Amino acid sequence: MQIVVDLNRCQGYAQCVFLAHEVFRLGGEEALTYEPNPDDARLLQVERAAAACPVQAIVIGRSEDVTP
Amino acid sequence: MTLQATLSELVRDFKANGRIVIVGASLAGLRAAEALREEGFTGPLTIIGDEPHEPYDRPPLSKQVLKGWVAADHTTLPRLQALDADWRLGVAATGLDRATRQVRLANGEQVPFDRLLIATGTRARQWPDPTEAGLQGVYTLRSRDDAARLQQALAARPSRVLIIGAGFIGSEMASICRELDIPVTVAERGPAPLAGALGAVIGEIAAEMQRDGGVDLRCGVAVSSLDGDASGHVRRARLSDGSTLEVDVVVASLGSIRNVEWLEGSGLAAGVWGVGCDAGGRAFDINGVTTDTVYVAGDVARAPHVLYEYQFLAMEHWDNAVLGAKVAAHNMVNVEPGYRPNLLLPGFWSGQFGVNIKSVGVPPFGDQIVFTQGSVKDRRFAAAYGHRGRMVAAVTFNQGRWLEYYARLIEQSAPFPPPPPGWDRPADMKPMPAEFPEPGVSTAFPDVVLTGHDPNARSAEFRLRH
Repeated sequence: MQIVVDLNRCQGYAQCVFLAHEVFRLGGEEALTYEPNPDDARLLQVERAAAACPVQAIVIGRSEDVTP
Repeated sequence: MTLQATLSELVRDFKANGRIVIVGASLAGLRAAEALREEGFTGPLTIIGDEPHEPYDRPPLSKQVLKGWVAADHTTLPRLQALDADWRLGVAATGLDRATRQVRLANGEQVPFDRLLIATGTRARQWPDPTEAGLQGVYTLRSRDDAARLQQALAARPSRVLIIGAGFIGSEMASICRELDIPVTVAERGPAPLAGALGAVIGEIAAEMQRDGGVDLRCGVAVSSLDGDASGHVRRARLSDGSTLEVDVVVASLGSIRNVEWLEGSGLAAGVWGVGCDAGGRAFDINGVTTDTVYVAGDVARAPHVLYEYQFLAMEHWDNAVLGAKVAAHNMVNVEPGYRPNLLLPGFWSGQFGVNIKSVGVPPFGDQIVFTQGSVKDRRFAAAYGHRGRMVAAVTFNQGRWLEYYARLIEQSAPFPPPPPGWDRPADMKPMPAEFPEPGVSTAFPDVVLTGHDPNARSAEFRLRH
């Protein structure tokens, strides 16, 4: 699975860190880092994190259209 | 048939049968391709990229990738839309012939187009001495492969890393080195880290963060030369103050160079600050006349901005790649009056030394700064930049949630100094000079370059072809 977080939009509420701590981490008080290609086994966690994000900054890939 | 009906028919026909080529397969190229499909473009779409990888995200490279948490090949960007595109990856575009509407590739192939999007971005400026740059242990950081190599070098626990240039990438790399407990020296020619992008007042705060974090920070100092050992590995750096440093990893973080060389002879307004275009991404030719077939997006674009006195801005920002791509894609398959502008209020972020630095607007457009909220000592504050009594930008350190408030003020051309927010006011709210380096001073380049109203300003290069 591929994800990207719009870090201009992110305000460090850290809901994603609580819901998927293997995927999202906070450096200091509000600097978010994350694993952009998490294991598919974490899909549900990541979807919950994306849904819970107060500023809707987490984008999950919706297409399997990868380069041949 | 009315003229309007003819136009609609043309648009419909182009969306079904037009040929679109995108040169550049990074964030802007990918998002433009997706936006084209979303706009209903079903014709043949070709995406050309010089790197062999499918589009990936660059911001993680200097952060979680370098740290060793995320593998460099785990940065592939999510796909938002099925593309059905012809991907030409690992082959660079080397020429553009606007008369025959063809892009020339490095393998000699010609790719025909009806509309072209230029999204070739930038590359890292290399250490200027090619022999020294070729020493083992000397790196730059721009691509996924660069990040993978540098991460390996850091994982081998070098005795000391030297980072040349304290812009955002250089500072983030220094932060990662300290997180990995690797000794690191940062050499910056300017007065302070981040001074090009945020001014030396903020730069002084960034300098304290670096020193408190254990970085051996040396400002106002240039690196004169790099020495290698018998096996061709870098071992020593000589500095302009006469001192020497024993190092085994050197990272040149000297800003970026725009990838415009392939446009030589195309007759487009391409120069060191990128390809000139209107706010809708339509490229200018060398006479400043808008073209109808060539568009520009991302780091390589240079467009006038209504909020900044119509000065041309070249923005190396993630959100500019995303929005610029969407706007250009929309305009590629629509006609007047359906054109859209890219009126992005620039914004960026940088995590370093445990502090989240965020900004909106164009700080170097300002000449004054005032701290408006919080405490510099706690590294949790907001500050506003002003120019001629108007607010033009803001920066926050660990106060990102306030940035939207400042963004609204900037969009409304609020007065500077701005009306004090009713919360967390600092003791001293006197505006002071923001201390940006004079244009042309060698320092880390800002992320938003004010390139002037005309191509001759700020030493942009205007290359007349015969």
